[in-house]
Amino acid sequence: MSISINLHHQFPELTLDVDFDAPAGVTALFGASGSGKTTVVNAVAGLLQPDRGRISVAGTALLDTSAGLRLPPHKRRIGYVFQEGRLFPHLSVQQNLRYGRWFAGLRGPSQAEDHLVEMLGLGALLNRRPGDLSGGEKQRVAIGRALLSEPRLLLMDEPLAALDGPRKAEILPYLERLRDETQVPILYVSHAISEIARLATTVAVMERGQLRKAGPTGDILADPSLAHAIGLRDTGALLTGRVVAHHMDGLSELAAGGGKLFLPKVPNALGEQLRVRISAKDVMLSRDRPVGISALNILDCEVSEIRPGRGPGAFVRLKAGADHILARVTKRSVNALGLAPGLSCYAVIKSVSVARADVGADVGTEASSDHA
Amino acid sequence: MQFLSPEEWTAVALSLRVAFWATLLALPLAIAVAWWLARREFWGKQLLNGLVHLPLILPPVVTGYLLLLTFGRRAPAGAWLEETFGLIFAFRWTGAALAAGIMGFPLMVRAIRLAIEAVDPKLEEAASTLGASRAWVFVTVTLPLILPGVIAGTLLGFAKAMGEFGATITFVSNIPGETQTLPSAIYAFLQVPGGEASALRLVVISVVIAMTALLLSETLARRAAKRVSGR
Repeated sequence: MSISINLHHQFPELTLDVDFDAPAGVTALFGASGSGKTTVVNAVAGLLQPDRGRISVAGTALLDTSAGLRLPPHKRRIGYVFQEGRLFPHLSVQQNLRYGRWFAGLRGPSQAEDHLVEMLGLGALLNRRPGDLSGGEKQRVAIGRALLSEPRLLLMDEPLAALDGPRKAEILPYLERLRDETQVPILYVSHAISEIARLATTVAVMERGQLRKAGPTGDILADPSLAHAIGLRDTGALLTGRVVAHHMDGLSELAAGGGKLFLPKVPNALGEQLRVRISAKDVMLSRDRPVGISALNILDCEVSEIRPGRGPGAFVRLKAGADHILARVTKRSVNALGLAPGLSCYAVIKSVSVARADVGADVGTEASSDHA
Repeated sequence: MQFLSPEEWTAVALSLRVAFWATLLALPLAIAVAWWLARREFWGKQLLNGLVHLPLILPPVVTGYLLLLTFGRRAPAGAWLEETFGLIFAFRWTGAALAAGIMGFPLMVRAIRLAIEAVDPKLEEAASTLGASRAWVFVTVTLPLILPGVIAGTLLGFAKAMGEFGATITFVSNIPGETQTLPSAIYAFLQVPGGEASALRLVVISVVIAMTALLLSETLARRAAKRVSGR
């Protein structure tokens, strides 16, 4: 396991208890504000000393209270991208970028620096001062500064929270490249499901200082038992589909969930993989193959689990090809249709969002195929 | 020197030397104390704060007399310093520098402490995650950011050191060429008949030195503040 975190800390009004391992890639810490996400990240960085705990990154222990090991922050080699950037105002962009390199013993210009400057689009900013930069530019410099110190692990504490929609959309592609092109594991704090759906490999869900569950992003977002922690609106399946055709009528066809999904034309080339999100609230169920219906996206499914909620609703977990999708229906419908595990049925999908496109956009303008 | 008599010139040069050393030696200590007061909670913090401010609120003559009681040649601290380092304060220019430094110290600490309190500790945290030890964080982040405050404090300390009178004359007396600083000299000239012209020349010199120091520090502070603003 790439990152291993075990923490216990007693605050006056919150008990923090977290224990999870995560593989390489982007691990998202998800939860409402005040659930302790930032505290976990600060403990990993060494800015908070927990009562008890063990933290290791790629086999190197940073903290082990039982062995009396508490590395100070400057010896942890952790890159930290803060919500507000925290650039040094008295240094130029280039000096900011090189600050951590100097302390890591990496002096002078380097290929890594050139590559990162190009990747983050910082070339034109190098001689500027932080006070002149826009919020998005500041955040890109902060990311570059953290990465150039060649950290073992990159921490990002809601790096997009202080930015408006268009600025978020400007940074996200850089984060995706980071995930795909560097080997550095990333611990990413967010309370925006859209960011997590787009970026995360692993998700750890936190609630009131406690870890609820950690696992692969697709499993966590579609876990009905986490619906309250994630939010009823946001619970849903995350599928990876392959672009198989672009049709003349402006729709793209995706192979996903053991069938085909149609959505408004995506810019991706044929054969490319795409993450799409299907909210549970956008899925209707039918025992018979629906005919004479405007919806284009209908998948053959098999019911694998039914989980009644506290109210009149219930989550139905369905197996669609090799994937799982989630539907939120009423308990009355479950009874009326006689749904039970193992039963075949059809999922009518009202809306498919491309995980990339709905990030940064307002909920109402999210690019999705809506054929309800 | 045409404008100044040798006696007057001696007083000016002595004052500059006293103020220079007083400021230079007090500055690092003032930065350290200001940092402790701004950033640390410790037992006796209010006591230290009070002690630092004492020279500001006590009558200078009292401070001068306390210095004499502490650093006089027969006082414990004074005797020990003379034996160990050969350092004598009583009735020497070094004593004038000590008095000037102590009188200016609270002013320096106040200005620098305000500057340190204005530095966002989050920037220092960011520096530590980038591999800077506590000392390096101070040198590379805190110090550049508080520079305008340090310059302002230095000017205040220097001005106070140039103008110090009460504590100096009580502690080290008014010996021409050794402890007779500018203010002491002006005072002495005013005590003798026909000394007004000399006193007036020294007053002009005082004003010129004060204005030069002020302009210099304003320029430096403005430059430092511009740098710190991030633009």
